[in-house]
Amino acid sequence: MARVIVVTSGKGGVGKTTTSAAFAMGLAERGFRTVVIDFDVGLRNLDLIMGCERRVVYDFVNVIQGDANVGQALIKDKRNPNLFVLPASQTRDKDALTVEGVGKVLEELGREFEFIVCDSPAGIERGATMAMYYADDAIVVTNPEVSSVRDSDRMIGILSSKSRRAEQNMEGIREFLLVTRYSPERVKRGEMLALEDVQEILSLDLIGVIPESTAVLNASNAGVPVILDRESSAGQAYSDMVARYLGEDLPHRFLSTEKKGLFGRLFRG
Amino acid sequence: MALLDFFKQRKSNSAALAKERLQILVAHDRRGGGPSYLPQLQRDLLAVIRKYVAVDSDAVSVNVERDGAQEILELNIILPE
Ligand SMILES: Nc1ncnc2c1ncn2[C@@H]1O[C@H](COP(=O)(O)OP(=O)(O)O)[C@@H](O)[C@H]1O
Ligand SMILES: [Mg+2]
Repeated sequence: MARVIVVTSGKGGVGKTTTSAAFAMGLAERGFRTVVIDFDVGLRNLDLIMGCERRVVYDFVNVIQGDANVGQALIKDKRNPNLFVLPASQTRDKDALTVEGVGKVLEELGREFEFIVCDSPAGIERGATMAMYYADDAIVVTNPEVSSVRDSDRMIGILSSKSRRAEQNMEGIREFLLVTRYSPERVKRGEMLALEDVQEILSLDLIGVIPESTAVLNASNAGVPVILDRESSAGQAYSDMVARYLGEDLPHRFLSTEKKGLFGRLFRG
Repeated sequence: MALLDFFKQRKSNSAALAKERLQILVAHDRRGGGPSYLPQLQRDLLAVIRKYVAVDSDAVSVNVERDGAQEILELNIILPE
């Protein structure tokens, strides 16, 4: 049976889709058969970030409603044979996502794949609750900023009460904190919540810290998951995060403002 | 240099304020959902309703409202069309 991971946050624009694309690609690069599903019905953009928007024929809702089978809707990644994308529909409304419908699709995918990554929409309504309902693990994406931290806290509450694991009294969802768009310079100046503050308030296991990086915008412009930009700090931080998810114990990087010497400039870029 | 840094920090330590506000807010949010038995009550109700009607997991909502000295338990059950 596949492991289902939801990438969630409550607040929009914090980096869920960026993370879903990078994380899924990272798992595929480690050799795992991985599918990443866009739950943002009506506002799809995972396909854009993955660079497969022109190959979308059928979508998640088509499959749920029986207009297409899973095989017809899955898009195979051109860079990695282990990776597939299940796009969201652009037009239909969110009520198309039902517990039963999503469950059936996940069950079918579970026979083919080792990891199923669910890119959640913002908010706490149907799209978001459907994305987390069947999750085994949750990656709570948080920016070091008041509204994002508050929304993450609410999302953590919902994960522990409204998921299948909660309803069926199973072992709870494993929850991990991923802090994104972190800027050590701004933390140093006292303008941004420090990592320790975010951790203290949310008290979750930290799976990674992704620095604010122009590489993310460049990657989305090109339709390439940023983890493939191996030179970039954000790409490296996402690789570390994948390694930690798979059980490796790595120290967190890119947390301080140490001045780049000549050496650092040459090798970090 | 050190003195300069000190003034700069004093001027813009909005992060400390953010942390303080968040701690209160989050504590309130966590308490705010009403009595602690509500989630379990909601799950139990859902299970009972599902014996008779196939409803979605978010079809049942449970809320406690305070009206003066009275507490009102509000149930909302949405049946499928
Ligand atoms: N680490 C980062 N550094 C810089 N920009 C980022 C970073 N992560 C995300 N972004 C930008 O933030 C915006 C929202 O990201 P996205 O992944 O679409 O968020 P969400 O899916 O949570 O709405 C995008 O413009 C993206 O390029
Ligand atoms: Mg998104």
